[in-house]
Amino acid sequence: MNATAGAIATYNFAYLDEQTKRMIRRAILKGIAIPGYQVPFASREMPMPYGWGTGGVQVTASILGPDDTLKVIDQGADDTTNAISIRKFFQKTAGVATTTRTGDATVIQTRHRIPETPLKSGQVLVYQVPIPEPLRFLEPRETETRKMHALEEYGLMHVKLYEDIARNGHIATTYAYPVKVEGRYVMDPSPTPKFDNPKMHMSPALQLFGAGREKRIYAIPPFTRVVSLDFEDHPFTVQDFGRPCALCGAEHVYLDEVILDDAGGRMFICSDTDHCEERREAGHAGEMLAGEAAQ
Amino acid sequence: MSEAEHLAGGLADPVFDAQSAFRAVMAAMAEPGTVHAPGRLAGPPAPLSAVAATILTTLCDADTPVWLDPALAASEAVTAWIAFHAGSPVTANPVEAHFAFVTDPAAMPAFDGFGLGSHEYPDRSTTIVLQVAGFDGGEPLTLAGPGIETTRTFAPSPMPRNFTTQWAANQARFPRGVDLVLAGPDAVACLPRYTRLVPTED
Repeated sequence: MNATAGAIATYNFAYLDEQTKRMIRRAILKGIAIPGYQVPFASREMPMPYGWGTGGVQVTASILGPDDTLKVIDQGADDTTNAISIRKFFQKTAGVATTTRTGDATVIQTRHRIPETPLKSGQVLVYQVPIPEPLRFLEPRETETRKMHALEEYGLMHVKLYEDIARNGHIATTYAYPVKVEGRYVMDPSPTPKFDNPKMHMSPALQLFGAGREKRIYAIPPFTRVVSLDFEDHPFTVQDFGRPCALCGAEHVYLDEVILDDAGGRMFICSDTDHCEERREAGHAGEMLAGEAAQ
Repeated sequence: MSEAEHLAGGLADPVFDAQSAFRAVMAAMAEPGTVHAPGRLAGPPAPLSAVAATILTTLCDADTPVWLDPALAASEAVTAWIAFHAGSPVTANPVEAHFAFVTDPAAMPAFDGFGLGSHEYPDRSTTIVLQVAGFDGGEPLTLAGPGIETTRTFAPSPMPRNFTTQWAANQARFPRGVDLVLAGPDAVACLPRYTRLVPTED
């Protein structure tokens, strides 16, 4: 009824109908009021398959307005299939401005990464979540996991981490690493690498999580304590790649391995494409670029 | 009242006005004690305030039973307006209300008379919308907890009786409890259940 100019006339703004938006908006407010608790919601069929971010898309569609600037990333990259198709979806159905610059975005929908550029107050980070229940692979019954959350009974999660240590000598969980939110709920941060866990702690930005197939929404308000589970003698640590990005020379960022040939040649580059581009524009160069310049 | 009176005063542009109102409430809920303007407001019959009515049409519909305080429930114009613009069933039982609307916070029932949710489903609780006169004229409240980097002070008024005692009990119930949305004359602020009150330093 209210499609903006240029949007598809037969769809409502941002695709979802208003009653669905109200239902999701109520779930988002409850999620914010109970940080880390998974609020059930009546997830809708979206014009993309489950696993392509339908939960995140529904959350984004419910908060997005004509003044927003949207950024969509997939594993840190703005230019991969999932990111491009979701960005185009909202360009088409909401007509909103889009960007790849982390600093310019008001709403950032992400699949499995938190941008390297620190987020600001007022920004909203929307995560696409496949399995919202951190206890699901330890206890398949929803009735039981719900009771475990109610009773704050998280011993099983510590046993799981302990078994990691017993088998591997260290906590071998590297992604979807469980966190405790504000000392109460154990939460799955979605399959982000554990490298990103510390960025969730006391973030000035609002973090919203949407799981479409599993029909759950949860949230972390700004400036909330988010602590990765660990043991006194096996404290939580993040990955260290031991080398800078091959393109922009950034250190202490999350790197992707890129295979260069079939003779073992490879390089490690920033997973956050925007961060890498901005650094290169600012004149930083990693060993691959420096090598090219020398030739 | 004339028969068509309740047809007027809805959101002028339901899609975009509701979106900007929701973003104001979301920002206020995420950072307790901050004050946000919801944008263009609805024009409801008194004693329902414009901001409270905007929140009502933004968040309530046929799926959400609402509880109205005696002043609102007694107004036929208000109940007709809510029925037309939101279609929400009005409940006399505050425990089953998803939203409660209160014009006179000083005379409202205690928080524990509303829906508090269960330990398994703490989200099944009542969100109480209080109409307040402003955010700086009352007893200063110093807030701490998620959404607040250190502490934040604001002074909404009027507030419910024995507010600090009632709120401490509500906060101690976490994750169960009610959430408050304070509807001022032209802006909203929120007190979600996790927000702690700390003694104000003089």
